[in-house]
Amino acid sequence: MSTTPSPTHALTDVAASDASLRRFLHGLPGVDPVGLEARAAALGTRSIKTTAKAYALDLAISMVDLTTLEGADTPGKVRALGAKAVLPDPTDRTAPSTAAVCVYPDLVEVAKAAVAGSSVKVASVATAFPAGRAPLEVKLADVRAAVAAGADEVDMVIDRGAFLAGHYLKVYEEITAVKEACGGAARLKVIFETGELSTYDNIRRASWLAMLAGADFIKTSTGKVAVNATPANTLLMLQAVREFRDRTGVQIGVKPAGGIRTAKDAVKFLVIVNETAGPDWLDNHWFRFGASSLLNDLLMQRQKLATGRYSGPDYVTVD
Amino acid sequence: MTFEYAPAPESRSVVDIAPSYGLFVDGEFTEAADGRVFKTVSPSTEEVLSEMARAGEADVDRAVAAARRAFEGWSALPGSERAKYLFRIARIVQERSRELAVLETLDNGKPIKETRDADLPLVAAHFFYYAGWADKLEHAGYGPAPKPLGVAAQVIPWNFPLLMLAWKIAPALATGNTVVLKPAETTPLSALFFADICRQAGLPKGVVNILPGYGDTGAALVAHPDVNKVAFTGSTAVGKAIARTVAGTRKKLTLELGGKGANIVFDDAPVDQAVEGIVNGIFFNQGQVCCAGSRLLVQESVHDEVLDALKRRISTLRLGDPLDKNTDIGAINSAEQLARISSLADQGEAEGAERWTAPCEIPSAGYWFAPTVFSGVTQAHTVARDEIFGPVLSVLTFRTPDEAVAKANNTAYGLSAGIWTDKGSRILAVANKLRAGVVWSNTFNKFDPTSPFGGYKESGYGREGGRHGLEAYLDV
Repeated sequence: MSTTPSPTHALTDVAASDASLRRFLHGLPGVDPVGLEARAAALGTRSIKTTAKAYALDLAISMVDLTTLEGADTPGKVRALGAKAVLPDPTDRTAPSTAAVCVYPDLVEVAKAAVAGSSVKVASVATAFPAGRAPLEVKLADVRAAVAAGADEVDMVIDRGAFLAGHYLKVYEEITAVKEACGGAARLKVIFETGELSTYDNIRRASWLAMLAGADFIKTSTGKVAVNATPANTLLMLQAVREFRDRTGVQIGVKPAGGIRTAKDAVKFLVIVNETAGPDWLDNHWFRFGASSLLNDLLMQRQKLATGRYSGPDYVTVD
Repeated sequence: MTFEYAPAPESRSVVDIAPSYGLFVDGEFTEAADGRVFKTVSPSTEEVLSEMARAGEADVDRAVAAARRAFEGWSALPGSERAKYLFRIARIVQERSRELAVLETLDNGKPIKETRDADLPLVAAHFFYYAGWADKLEHAGYGPAPKPLGVAAQVIPWNFPLLMLAWKIAPALATGNTVVLKPAETTPLSALFFADICRQAGLPKGVVNILPGYGDTGAALVAHPDVNKVAFTGSTAVGKAIARTVAGTRKKLTLELGGKGANIVFDDAPVDQAVEGIVNGIFFNQGQVCCAGSRLLVQESVHDEVLDALKRRISTLRLGDPLDKNTDIGAINSAEQLARISSLADQGEAEGAERWTAPCEIPSAGYWFAPTVFSGVTQAHTVARDEIFGPVLSVLTFRTPDEAVAKANNTAYGLSAGIWTDKGSRILAVANKLRAGVVWSNTFNKFDPTSPFGGYKESGYGREGGRHGLEAYLDV
């Protein structure tokens, strides 16, 4: 396998060998689960009202990666999704567009056409999503196909098997290879499948591993397992990107995905962003929600805030 | 555009504060015998909330006599009957918790977030817990039929007014004693609301008596010859005076006094959670906590990293209107306490410790002190030795576990300590060597009615909470 030059910063030589990478990752401070979850829960009690809520709802809408990742996806479904992403609330054009639509590689072209002329990006999952159990060449071909079809962003999955077996350099090299396949054109989101990594120590190590390997975004999960994004694992990843920027000057985005369904939950995540990584991450270039049903709840809450009435699910589009 | 949290105030209208309150003696609210009154103010605005009758010696006599009369019937009730009253009180506290939380925040100055999420749930939990003991006293390890003492004189502080009341009254009633309680002069309101709860619960007259007043009222109460038990939570200086008063009498005494808790952070600690624990340890209730982790002992090899993370975290704390649900730091309880904190902080600076203050706006009215950290502190600094009882953290360093233990124990106090490390064996080894009544590991300021609480050395004696807390109110 060709060794890809990794980005140069203060921590560049950490990945010089499997041993040095392991030493670095295992030298990261441990995570106390009780304390981490208590902090996430405490931030969840912030009371976000009136003007703050209006700001948060619009920001959350603008951060949604509107997602469909089903075996039954069709061009029609993806076109509907694209239209929704560009104009989420047909009754209120002041509602912002979402950040992106997120589809499988074979539907990238359809998605590109559906959002053409708008600010909405097209993200594509790749690398044998969601399991990631395919030879590297197959994964890279998957990525190249998505990029060739016009994907602005690639959401890859890490090899959890390799990670859990302790083959950190293998995971690292796979990420750098995918990054290279993305070229300069597409931003790379690296999915850990936190539910399979299971411990917070592993999530912290995976975060640093991906950041060292050149990820543009670190992302919790595929949405295909039992436990996906949680306030606690997102908080932990936000601490990692903040510290990575402190040490290297490089800013990296965070994307919780799966399981965030209500506006109330989304606002809690934004509070966690604000008070953990800081206001620099309160922008859809640096923070995303991987979600599908969340958008409609955000829109309903936005309508309620504007009109004082809760009109219900028949007044938002079902796609 | 930035994410500015809009004001989110809890409604004041959920609590109805009367313009004046009497003493609660023998089931009735009455004036003081000499007609004296005093005012209680809201520390965050200096607004007068209400006027209280101020109990004098004649009132103490009357209240103790009422408690003595009630003792015979109350102590003769089967434990299961006393339990019913305590369960009823616990449920009423829960039902009225929003009202009581707002009241406590108004009178004390602490954030509604804390009264809502910590004080009130703990108050109810304490009554529930001791209600459960009332009919099981013969299984508590104090003999087959442990007897109550009689009339308990209880003097409580202003930092957790209703919670300290619960810590005092719940075990006293469960064991069959009757009580006369004096709340602090700056925070009498929640105790008087509690008197109303006693009436609501149908508690027999005279079992609980509440005497608002100043130090002279407390002194008269603990000195009263017909009192069998004295329980005090407050400053070490007053605790010593009470111990002298009680010496030579047959009164049983428990004292819960000051502290200078050491929070020990080892180099293998979960740093982010340790920072949360340090913040919670010293800024919970504006640091006005006897078991506050006011001395941070951090291993020298991680000192800079921990201090940087700590300052960044402290900078996110929101100081302001205690009724706002997003407020982290409320007001200092009184002008007097603010003056004491300010003077000790100035002394820290004068003695050469490096002072850092969180960047936050201080409201124009009320008593406020911004979160403050002193670094470069040594054992010789006043800020490392004296209890400040405010949002002021002193940061010291150590090199080895033995040095950490030696420094942690090198204090006149011994109430609380914290240990932060990922190594379980080290937690156990260090905890066994710490002379502190409560040792938390990888957390701080966690309270539970099942866990005994109390001090070594000048932090007092006796334990409150848990099975151990029963002993203070039993004739054993």
